[in-house]
Amino acid sequence: MIDLTVIWAAIIGFAIVAYVVMDGFDLGIGILFPLFKVGKDRDTAMNSIAPVWDGNETWLVMGVGGLLAAFPLAYAIILPALYAPMIAMLLGLVFRGVAFEFRWRDPVHRAFWDKAFTAGSVIATFAQGIALGALLQGITVKGRSYAGGWWEWLSPFSILTGFGLLVGYALLGACWLNWKTEDGLQRQAVTYAGRLGIALLLMIGAISLATLTLEAQFAQRWLTFPGVLATAQVPLATMLVTFLFYRSLRLKKDAQPFFWALALFGLCLIGLGVSIWPDVIPARVTIWEAAAPHRSQVFMLVGASIMVPIILAYTAWSYWVFRGKVGHDGYH
Amino acid sequence: MIEQEWAIVLARAQFAFTVSFHFLFPAFTIGLASFLAVLEGLWLKTDEGVYANLYRYWLKIFAVVFAMGVVSGIVMSYQFGTNWSVFSDKAGPIIGPLMAYEVLTAFFLEAGFLGVMLFGMNKVGRKLHFVATLAVAVGTFISAFWILSVNSWMQTPVGYEIAANGQFVPGESWMTIIFNPSFPYRLVHTLLAAYLTTAFIVGAVGGWHLLRDRTNPGARKMFSMAMWMATIVAPLQILAGDFHGLNTLEHQPAKVMAMEGHYQSHPEGAPLILFGIPNSAQGRVDYAIEIPKASSLILKHDLNAPMTGLDTISKADQPPVGIVFWAFRIMVGIGFAMLGIGLWSLLARARKRLFDWSWLHRFAVVMGPSGLIAVLAGWAVTEVGRQPFTVYGVLRTVDSASPLDAPAVAASFLAFIVVYFSVFGMGIWYLLRLMKKPPEAHEPPLSDAPIRTAGLTPAPAVLEGDPA
Repeated sequence: MIDLTVIWAAIIGFAIVAYVVMDGFDLGIGILFPLFKVGKDRDTAMNSIAPVWDGNETWLVMGVGGLLAAFPLAYAIILPALYAPMIAMLLGLVFRGVAFEFRWRDPVHRAFWDKAFTAGSVIATFAQGIALGALLQGITVKGRSYAGGWWEWLSPFSILTGFGLLVGYALLGACWLNWKTEDGLQRQAVTYAGRLGIALLLMIGAISLATLTLEAQFAQRWLTFPGVLATAQVPLATMLVTFLFYRSLRLKKDAQPFFWALALFGLCLIGLGVSIWPDVIPARVTIWEAAAPHRSQVFMLVGASIMVPIILAYTAWSYWVFRGKVGHDGYH
Repeated sequence: MIEQEWAIVLARAQFAFTVSFHFLFPAFTIGLASFLAVLEGLWLKTDEGVYANLYRYWLKIFAVVFAMGVVSGIVMSYQFGTNWSVFSDKAGPIIGPLMAYEVLTAFFLEAGFLGVMLFGMNKVGRKLHFVATLAVAVGTFISAFWILSVNSWMQTPVGYEIAANGQFVPGESWMTIIFNPSFPYRLVHTLLAAYLTTAFIVGAVGGWHLLRDRTNPGARKMFSMAMWMATIVAPLQILAGDFHGLNTLEHQPAKVMAMEGHYQSHPEGAPLILFGIPNSAQGRVDYAIEIPKASSLILKHDLNAPMTGLDTISKADQPPVGIVFWAFRIMVGIGFAMLGIGLWSLLARARKRLFDWSWLHRFAVVMGPSGLIAVLAGWAVTEVGRQPFTVYGVLRTVDSASPLDAPAVAASFLAFIVVYFSVFGMGIWYLLRLMKKPPEAHEPPLSDAPIRTAGLTPAPAVLEGDPA
């Protein structure tokens, strides 16, 4: 018999991957935004994501909505535990979301909305990174609810993961601009991508090592024989992907660096999966303990298996419509 | 109050604040998306430039409202967990899947086609662009369908079982849960409210510009269309509201008692209290102006039908009367004012004075925000009237909240107030500025940001699709 709980864990995992793949680069552009020249460069950077950001952000709602539906207990424990970073993320998303429209409506205050765009993107990203760190380092759970204080999420480790995600999304943003823009802005993006790649590797290394010290379960998973034969492939693959990333940058490829950067993110998420599987709250609650009843799982699975392919199809179509370089006069 | 009580009061206030602010935007965009679909459809059919111009005019406004609706809506999907975690844990197996369906069938549809709708006119052609507009309009409807099903299930919970771990779990049939007893009424009432909200905003903008230039073809067209909506939909809405009220009387009688101000039971026909000041301490309505037996007539269709009052409901299960009583009167009052302007416009049409009856236009301008006020009042009636429960009759609000310290909730509530008023305040100001400009014969995609007419513009890029 197929275990629907595992399938739902995979679907939530997919939503998280889809979110990082799609929203990572547009948050990254927000992070890098103040470094671009006021005027055409900024407008072009903004325009390269204007048609797609809303769809990208919907995966964030899918992730959290799916968690409520498939693992209500996890949703009910994690969100209060991460209260301050979640509220900060939401408010950050408010600022950056409206900036897409408002900066065009109000040229007099465009500089302000550009700042709001950056501040919102940085806050939202940093909060997501902190949330990840807080989840990994352990949440106090008692019975069916969160039992820690409202500052439990704050630690050197969660701040480290916050910075790690900032670097990572910025890298994705730089690679996206390398793909979608030309001339000066593209050259600027390539320079940033090269530097951010190194920074991200350092961050990945630091976070990985720190993670091993958090829970005995993590170290055991990664370092004991014979499991280590399998888990060692993740860092090895990371090195390979890094090499390919830099090679594609050197060969002045447009799209390739973006996809290699995404592959780096993919490997990080696989690493995360290795550490926490089969828990939904690391070392506290397993996916089976948190799972919604069978009838809820079945009902949603029907909808998800019909709708997700359709969603991916029209999302792909929408990206196809806005394919190619943005240019200064719109998409060519 | 002890700290835990404060934490719950603050969490309730924060939820009320954020959901009220949020709902203003979808209440407008549900109707506006349909209005845009109609305009573009008419443009495709007739090839008349006025429809394309109005489409572009309102699309700029739609883009701003929609962005605010999205960002304030994401907040809601998290707030169930951050602030109402016990409710989420318990009701998650029922409401979670319904909300997941909303994301899968509506949010992605809207967001996926919004980009094409806003920026894709000269990329995909007129017909495919119309499909995108329709997809967004249908998406807003589907979204309303699921979230109202969730809300209605909380009002009239059916089709569930209580599991050993305390969770509400689905029974045999999801159809029973989705189409719970209050859902069809709430869906119709809310959708009509959204259409009226849009109609009155469009009507106010049309009226405003007619007062300045009664020959403006765009202003004439939008005013006429808005007044037809008022004429047709306002009476339907009053009828739908009446049915919804009867449904509420059947399933949530305490809410109707609060709406009516019936503290006492009336064994021989209950009066309809038009106005008065509810006095919950004494259990009576002070200074009441009432029509004897009329409430029995409306609700039971019998002058002498006995009606029970709040004296039959235990104190612990009563909703707060004041808010429900007043909000209900605001909503109903606005409903009849809407009916009035609809009839007035009909008279104006008959006398061929629709476009030069200044007092009609002035009244339309005043009525501009009436739909927004009415929907907020209506939601206050139904949500405050559901108290003291989150899942009516089964799960109490005080047993639903997250285990958060009051200072944490106070801090977030303060942050929401500051951010919402400043950000959305600015947004509403931009909307008013856009509305202040008259619709032009060659409506530009964006008139005050020349850089975008030269470049790729996140506003309606309909430069090449110029019809006129």
